[in-house]
Amino acid sequence: MTRMAATRDGYGQALLDLAGNEKVVVLEADLGKSTKSLHFRKAYPHRTISCGIGEQNMLLVGAGLAASGYIPFASTFAIFTERAFEQMRNGVARPNLAVHLCGSHGGTHTGTDGSSAQSIEDLAVFRTLPNVVVMHPCDDVSTRELTMQLPALGKPSYMRTARNKTPVLYDGRENEVKIGKGIVLSEGNDVAIIACGVLVSESLKAAESLAEEGINATVVDMHTLKPIDGQLIDDLVAQCGALVTAEDHNVIGGLGSAVAEHIVANSFAPLEMVGVPDRFGESGQADEMLEIMKISAPYIALAAKKAISRK
Amino acid sequence: MSKSISELEEIARKCRVEIVKMVHRAQAGHPGGSLSEIDLLAALYATRMRIRPDDPKWSDRDRFILSKGHASPGMYAILAEMGFISHEDLKSYRVLGGVCQGHVDMKWCPGVDFSAGSLGMGLSFGMGCATAARLDKSDRRAFVMIGDGEMQEGSVWEAAMAAAHHELGNLKVILDRNRIQNDDFCEEQMRMFDIPAKWKAFGWNVKEIDGHNMNEIMEGLDFLESPENCQGPSILIAHTIKGGGISYMENNPSFHGAAPNDEQFHQAMIELGEVEA
Ligand SMILES: Cc1ncc(C[n+]2csc(CCOP(=O)(O)OP(=O)(O)O)c2C)c(N)n1
Ligand SMILES: [Mg+2]
Repeated sequence: MTRMAATRDGYGQALLDLAGNEKVVVLEADLGKSTKSLHFRKAYPHRTISCGIGEQNMLLVGAGLAASGYIPFASTFAIFTERAFEQMRNGVARPNLAVHLCGSHGGTHTGTDGSSAQSIEDLAVFRTLPNVVVMHPCDDVSTRELTMQLPALGKPSYMRTARNKTPVLYDGRENEVKIGKGIVLSEGNDVAIIACGVLVSESLKAAESLAEEGINATVVDMHTLKPIDGQLIDDLVAQCGALVTAEDHNVIGGLGSAVAEHIVANSFAPLEMVGVPDRFGESGQADEMLEIMKISAPYIALAAKKAISRK
Repeated sequence: MSKSISELEEIARKCRVEIVKMVHRAQAGHPGGSLSEIDLLAALYATRMRIRPDDPKWSDRDRFILSKGHASPGMYAILAEMGFISHEDLKSYRVLGGVCQGHVDMKWCPGVDFSAGSLGMGLSFGMGCATAARLDKSDRRAFVMIGDGEMQEGSVWEAAMAAAHHELGNLKVILDRNRIQNDDFCEEQMRMFDIPAKWKAFGWNVKEIDGHNMNEIMEGLDFLESPENCQGPSILIAHTIKGGGISYMENNPSFHGAAPNDEQFHQAMIELGEVEA
């Protein structure tokens, strides 16, 4: 049986594992139970700064701490990080202060809380900020690995995690996870599916169903959206000649856009983007949301065939 | 619109039953803040709000803005009681396609005037509604319900300052002071010190009441509507109990956003007098 876990738990675990570094501090905005920073708070209360329900304040407190030699990890729901977007822009990214922001409950997969909680634009907005590294891992192991690498990064970051459980892919493969390097999960020469977050496992399912029809797909976990792994994309274009991107995020501005931006400037291949079709979400179960947003495995498989037909 | 105290208490009791049923059915949602606000909502809707349930978009209706939009079961319950939606609709809480979305949403539910879910937004929106009423020379009012945790958002104070500056006497806030937010007690998360003094310092008319005592609630609503308090914005600080009415939820931060299990549900129905022990 595949182990199931939520990426936010990987984040919570990483904070605990990082606690040996005395400079690591954790900032909360009344969602520590949800983003999973609560474990750090319980173990290291004096290094946890509660900012109340005040995301804008939290980001700039983080900036001040970073400017004073600390390594701040701030978290809230992905959607509420956006409330502090300009603080992130002017107060964190512009002076290139290494504040690490984590937005949990990203995407429509968040479920029945409904549209106000389902961030579908966080990856896009943070991708537009110079200096900021943007990540969206797909399982708890890779979330933990990427988070562990952040203190050495020396620049600000945004990481989206998810509320609900998805299959764990990297048990025993921890060493493969590096910021900025996409990971090839399955090999095929007909089409390459590049995915992030909860849609990585959906893409693997899509590849299985394509294989039954004799279509061989490469599946890539592009956990880092910025800087995007351009070398890998060039290799995929050369190897497969057709690409699909898959993300639980507005089809505008996220992973699909990042890949498109790269290929138009470098190599050429038809690209089909699977993502939230420029609409807000609504209340529904996680799996129902992937269906009504048309981003589940069957839609990814359909997009793969379309990309191949455009070769 | 006159109702006796016992009639109001019965409305609130029925709403409590629906709140618990909604979160139990969905196995998700926010019972704590729905139960703390419900006596206030019952009295406000049943005796003060100038509304037409059969014409929810009537332009001169009073506006009610549930800024703490996670406490939606409370609002859906009173909207059903008033006839804006049916009791059947309550079953759609958190269900795909349902009018009762996880957080109250004006695009989905008749009688809802504000799409909430992000804290600290409703008071500014209410100020917009109150300003529009003034420009329209209408005597409609904007009532805004905010949470105490919510009050930590800086935007609340931007709105508070602006509303006093513009002397918006048709803007009325009810603060659900239940002393608990998401993770913990407010006292642990972010102390707010002297809350009445803060609002007074921002230029608001302030009154404190027990938010579960119907007599005091009616006095509080009289205060909000009294002519001398219609020169500028007013706030009713209602001291409430998070989870109020269900013993094991009361003052229990874990029932901010968690549903009762079957056994707890049964227990709640007994406590609310719905079933025999
Ligand atoms: C801007 C924003 N930040 C965080 C949240 C997540 N959240 C939902 S409810 C809640 C606690 C609210 O506490 P309070 O305002 O006291 O409401 P109540 O106790 O009445 O439920 C939090 C932090 C949110 N909805 N919006
Ligand atoms: Mg509260």
